[in-house]
Amino acid sequence: MSESRKLTRRQVLEGTAAAGALGLLGNVEWIGQAWSAADKVKMGFIFVGPRDDYGYNQAHFEGKAAVAKLDWVKAFDEEKVPETIEVQKTMESMVKLDGAQVLFPTSFGYFDPHIIKVAPQFPNIQFLHCGGLYQEGKHPKNVGSYFGFIDESQYIAGIVAGGMSKSGKLGFVAAKPIPQVLRNINNYTLGARSIRPNCTTNVIFTGDWSLPVREAEATNSLVDQGIDVITCHVDSPKVVITTAEKRGIYCTGYHCNQSKLAPKGYLTGAEWNWAKVYMDYAEMIRKGQTVPHLVRGGLKEGIVKVSDYNQVVTDAVRKQADAAKDKFMGGGMVVYKGPIKDNTGRVVIAAGKEHVQTDIWLESMDWLVEGVIGSTKS
Amino acid sequence: MEVGWWGVLIAVLGGAIRIGTPFLFVSLGECLTEKSGRINLGLEGTLVMGAMTGYAISLHSGSPWLGVLCAGLAGMVLGALHSWICSFQRVNDIAVGIAMMLFGTGLAFFLGKPYIQPSAPRLPSIDLGGWSDIPQLQAALQINALFLVGIVVAVVLGWMLKNTAWGLKVRVVGESADAARALGLPVDRIRIMSTAMGGFLAGIGGSYLSLYYPFNWSEGLSSGQGLMAVALVIFARWQPIGCLWVSLLWGGAAALGPSLQSVGVTGGYYIFNAIPYIMTLAMMIITCSPKRTLVGVPRELTMTR
Repeated sequence: MSESRKLTRRQVLEGTAAAGALGLLGNVEWIGQAWSAADKVKMGFIFVGPRDDYGYNQAHFEGKAAVAKLDWVKAFDEEKVPETIEVQKTMESMVKLDGAQVLFPTSFGYFDPHIIKVAPQFPNIQFLHCGGLYQEGKHPKNVGSYFGFIDESQYIAGIVAGGMSKSGKLGFVAAKPIPQVLRNINNYTLGARSIRPNCTTNVIFTGDWSLPVREAEATNSLVDQGIDVITCHVDSPKVVITTAEKRGIYCTGYHCNQSKLAPKGYLTGAEWNWAKVYMDYAEMIRKGQTVPHLVRGGLKEGIVKVSDYNQVVTDAVRKQADAAKDKFMGGGMVVYKGPIKDNTGRVVIAAGKEHVQTDIWLESMDWLVEGVIGSTKS
Repeated sequence: MEVGWWGVLIAVLGGAIRIGTPFLFVSLGECLTEKSGRINLGLEGTLVMGAMTGYAISLHSGSPWLGVLCAGLAGMVLGALHSWICSFQRVNDIAVGIAMMLFGTGLAFFLGKPYIQPSAPRLPSIDLGGWSDIPQLQAALQINALFLVGIVVAVVLGWMLKNTAWGLKVRVVGESADAARALGLPVDRIRIMSTAMGGFLAGIGGSYLSLYYPFNWSEGLSSGQGLMAVALVIFARWQPIGCLWVSLLWGGAAALGPSLQSVGVTGGYYIFNAIPYIMTLAMMIITCSPKRTLVGVPRELTMTR
């Protein structure tokens, strides 16, 4: 068992338990195999934050809860696992102790180096990472990645925001300038500008995924500058949403539905629908099908959704938003269609050129579209 | 109304009060504790525990003020525990403090699980900006009564330490335990009471975070306010009124980063966000001297012995 040179505490406990129960000296690998022979599909989920944060982790947890309801699935999870050697230990113990056949380490930072290091040790286990970093040939074969085009929902939310704003100034509280975040900011802005060309989005980067005080400060500063619709891309939008409601402006949500937190101002929101993805994976594994390395999808595939509109959203705005949604559902929507300039005036997509949603080029986005006030430089 | 660059000033003013208030309470608590000759590094844990307790009690009872009180009481228990352990022979208060910090945060996370989701009643705010017709300024001057309470506590604590028999006893114990014993003062009891009171204040500081600003209980709520308080007390030269100014300064500096981005200064935000820490470091360096000890430092503190 070359993979268990260093024993973790859980492994030792597990070994002792096995010895006690079976009268054998614990051969860890043996237990793993015995368990995988059982008929239930065993799925392990790892979250970087708390399960119930009204945000990213809750969205994944809701997906886990949905598959756990199936009687042929056994799902387990561990929350608040840092993006350090800790996650490697968690993955190892989920495979060895819980007999997981497939692991879903859901945080971006789990991939490199942690999954890449652990996956080759367990060639029969699938490591499916939420994010989008898998590269053929470069990464272990039993690794895959899945992600939703939540920026499609952000585009719709942007339309609603642009339509409902009085000042034409939108605000965006973002954690870090990584491609996924920039794509959301750009789609939000492009959505708003598709119906109101002079709309602007003022971005504040807080520098990390969960900084409640700074998120509240950012929201207050944006409101002071006259923005009247705000959204965010941080781990838990709770602070931004409640602060916006207190200041009496509109907001649009992210990750989950936060309408309960801001009944007056919550216009709509971009939500994940991980239940769909996890159900599909479970089905594939049950049937013994090969799991694809890359799973991607947006509104059409049902991986992301848009929160129900608030009653204050006017009919005209609803109509415009629904029209765009229908276009996405029909598969005919291309957001990144030239000519598109960035906010420094450089042409990033030439006239006549299009980048469809699945274009890998979009996953290395490092620019902000015209109309965004902000910079990707730290 | 367009405020443009004035927005930065408004944010710094508002931030000084909004962000500064929890620092004020924690640093006042630490100040009192240190005046009695002990350092309580566990205040970070006390703060987080206070935040959780305040939110939970507010949710169950419907009264955020009852939450504040219970947060203070929870802090008091943790403070008393710290000083009780420290009253044994050869127990190092720094080490116990670190243990208490981990214990407090761990316990708060454990007990706080069911309170991440629900929305508890928020503490009300007081409008002090009615005289102005600028909505941004009105919003910045929407303050919480706890800030005013904090000012009163700072003034009263400063006066009591200086002018009352009780204050003199605390200071004697902090300056020299031997002298205090010679005077027949109950050193341990005075320290336990000071640390427990310090914990009470820190707990209230925590409840401000979860019940007023930024509001909501979450595990990432504290960004090290409890630990920074130790530095702030040194910065404030162990003067309660100094704690007030230092907390305001710190709060204002913390508001600078986001507000600069909102007016279009988009580069260098990591540096701007680090300003409060840079400022603290700079002050520490400027004020330290090899030729003399710091003014106002209680001589019983382990770091000066």
